[in-house]
Amino acid sequence: MIRSTILTIIFTFIFIFDLSARESISIVGSSTVYPFSTTVAEEFGRKNASFKSPIVESTGSGGGLKLFCSGLGPNTPDITNASRRIKLKEISLCKSNGVKDIIEIKIGFDGIVFANSKNGIDLELTTKDIYLALAKEVPCGAQDDVTCENQSKLWSDVNSELPELPIMVYGPPPTSGTRDAFVEIAMTDGCNSISWIKDLKKKNKNEWKKLCRTIREDGKYIEAGENDNLIIQKLNSNKNSFGIFGFSFLDQNSDQVKGTKINGVYPTFDAIAIGDYKISRSLYFYVKKAHIGSIPGIEEFLTHFVSEDAIGEDGYLIDKGLIPLPEDELLRYENDAKSLANMRY
Amino acid sequence: MNNLSQRNQAERRFKIYGSLAVLVAITFLFVLLFNIFSTGISAFKASYIGVNINLPAQSERSDINPRKEFKRQVYEMFPQVKTRSDKRNLMSLFSKGAIYEFEELLENSNKEDINGYHWFLAHADVDMYIKGTVERQGNEAGRINPSRMQYVDVLVEQNLIKLQANEYLLHSADSREPELAGIKGAIIGSFYAILIAFIVSFPLGVLSALYMEKIALKNKFSNTIETNINNLAAVPSIVFGLLGLAIFLNFFSLPRSAPLVGGLTLAVMTLPTIVIAARSAIKSVPPSIEEASIGLGASRIQTLLNFTLPLAMPGIMTGTIIGIARALGETAPLLMIGMVAFVVDVPGTPLDPSTALPVQIFLWADSPERAFVERTSAAIMVLLIFLVLLNLLAIYLRNKLEKKW
Repeated sequence: MIRSTILTIIFTFIFIFDLSARESISIVGSSTVYPFSTTVAEEFGRKNASFKSPIVESTGSGGGLKLFCSGLGPNTPDITNASRRIKLKEISLCKSNGVKDIIEIKIGFDGIVFANSKNGIDLELTTKDIYLALAKEVPCGAQDDVTCENQSKLWSDVNSELPELPIMVYGPPPTSGTRDAFVEIAMTDGCNSISWIKDLKKKNKNEWKKLCRTIREDGKYIEAGENDNLIIQKLNSNKNSFGIFGFSFLDQNSDQVKGTKINGVYPTFDAIAIGDYKISRSLYFYVKKAHIGSIPGIEEFLTHFVSEDAIGEDGYLIDKGLIPLPEDELLRYENDAKSLANMRY
Repeated sequence: MNNLSQRNQAERRFKIYGSLAVLVAITFLFVLLFNIFSTGISAFKASYIGVNINLPAQSERSDINPRKEFKRQVYEMFPQVKTRSDKRNLMSLFSKGAIYEFEELLENSNKEDINGYHWFLAHADVDMYIKGTVERQGNEAGRINPSRMQYVDVLVEQNLIKLQANEYLLHSADSREPELAGIKGAIIGSFYAILIAFIVSFPLGVLSALYMEKIALKNKFSNTIETNINNLAAVPSIVFGLLGLAIFLNFFSLPRSAPLVGGLTLAVMTLPTIVIAARSAIKSVPPSIEEASIGLGASRIQTLLNFTLPLAMPGIMTGTIIGIARALGETAPLLMIGMVAFVVDVPGTPLDPSTALPVQIFLWADSPERAFVERTSAAIMVLLIFLVLLNLLAIYLRNKLEKKW
């Protein structure tokens, strides 16, 4: 009895070591792209009975690219999602590990919204207001080149036209891609609207970066973790607070929260798609060309993902809150996917 | 005298503090449980929409396209719907799963007459509105805009939307559509992982405890090992995840996201708990029994296997079950080995990619779709039930099998 158990265990292990091949596509990467990627994975699995549904892991854009670039073979992912473009540093890491041919697909845009409870007031902000309210160091006094620690407690301290409400903003922590994008687009834009800071960029880029992209740490900006649902709950319980999160969360919770008008534009689907609402970023995924052929279904998955049915104007991902690409760009990536063209950087 | 009354007072105060502490703890627990149950209970029901199915005669049914046929059946209930966008709005009240339900129904249509009203799964947006999770504001309710609401109103008026048992929550794996998402995949994944963790860690833990307690010489070296095992029990679980990543995935190249690797990682994590519990259980077996056995001529191994181990078993089992229960609730180590993933297929073997129950909770809690909120709580309820069952089993084994000396 005992002997046979031991034998079974040994045989199981031999059997396991024999199993190096993988049958399902492995996808890693950004948590922002995750809802879209999983939707396509599910739909793909359902439509193509001959392939297994791809497995999607949410590791963050940076973490995903690190795994993706760690080498070739069934133990490395085939596809990674990213809510930003791959960096040159990452491309060279990929190359040094043998991942030479990469296909780049842009799937659409994601807006980043500034929102508050539906029962709260309607605020109209400019990116400058946002910068002055949330940056760690802000210009002070009439003189140029002088900055001091951000002392604003009320929105009216930032801009006298704004109401006397306390500044209280819930947002993602520094590890989040949403935060990176928000800082890079909204804060930087607001920062550059002050002319001497804009000039500083040419003179001392590091100093400029530090000034524009550091968020205050005195409790006015509250890091609420990566969970956007949590931020929405907080906004509900305190109607004076604001939150920063992705457009899809605003779309799903439109009965509870509303988007703030920034630079005169509301964060609506159309405004983001046309490009009137500026705080948005592109979403990508990257495919390891060397795995096509050895892992079944990658090519088919690619064509399915870029199809009109998925990311076209009426595609099912649009219902999930993805902002579609303009016609010509969609066509370009569709061609790239069909011809398996290497990325151009 | 004065001293005595002071001491009595102190005693009374202490009693009050103690009962207050218990009260506060219980209140927290009840608030938590109430919160989870009140949000989660609604996920066990789902909205279904009634459609009057009226198929063409048997002879003309040979080449029906289920998708088109289902849409035709729905459009027939609303003759006024003509334009493409109206049709889209109307169909958007149904879940993607409704088509599959209809396909299944069609397969049966050869055997029996299926004409008449049948109930098809509604979209999560409709479900949220029917359950009152999303409040109606004028002609809108969350994602249901006025052009969709007009159909919902008609359906509600005609009693064609009803809540009934959610057939998906316990019978399907993860899905991006909240109404189709279920925890079966996660439960099976957890089951495999726990099973493997038990198979690996239990014999290893018991043998090492037996060896250390009864056979090994007591010296500096064995003391060091003992201290290290005790320390290992306090190591944060994410560290075991990194260990699993380095050993099982990178060195042994086992498949990523598989419950086998999850189980092995959890086994390493539970091992110290089992060793500690087993050692104290073995220690508490009265030496008189072992001495009697040896005195009657049994060898040391015979004594250990026939007397010490069976007598220590209840204690060992209790410790093991508590260790396994802790492993069941772990997410962190699974993160590193790829089990925090979206898996649509229910795993068939421990080598198929899969998630685990706590991981599913984590993933759903992070999803933008509103309907996942109640499903998150429902999944927590299921996890809590499993944990309570495991703990009850531990208590039962302890009371039933434990011998008093």
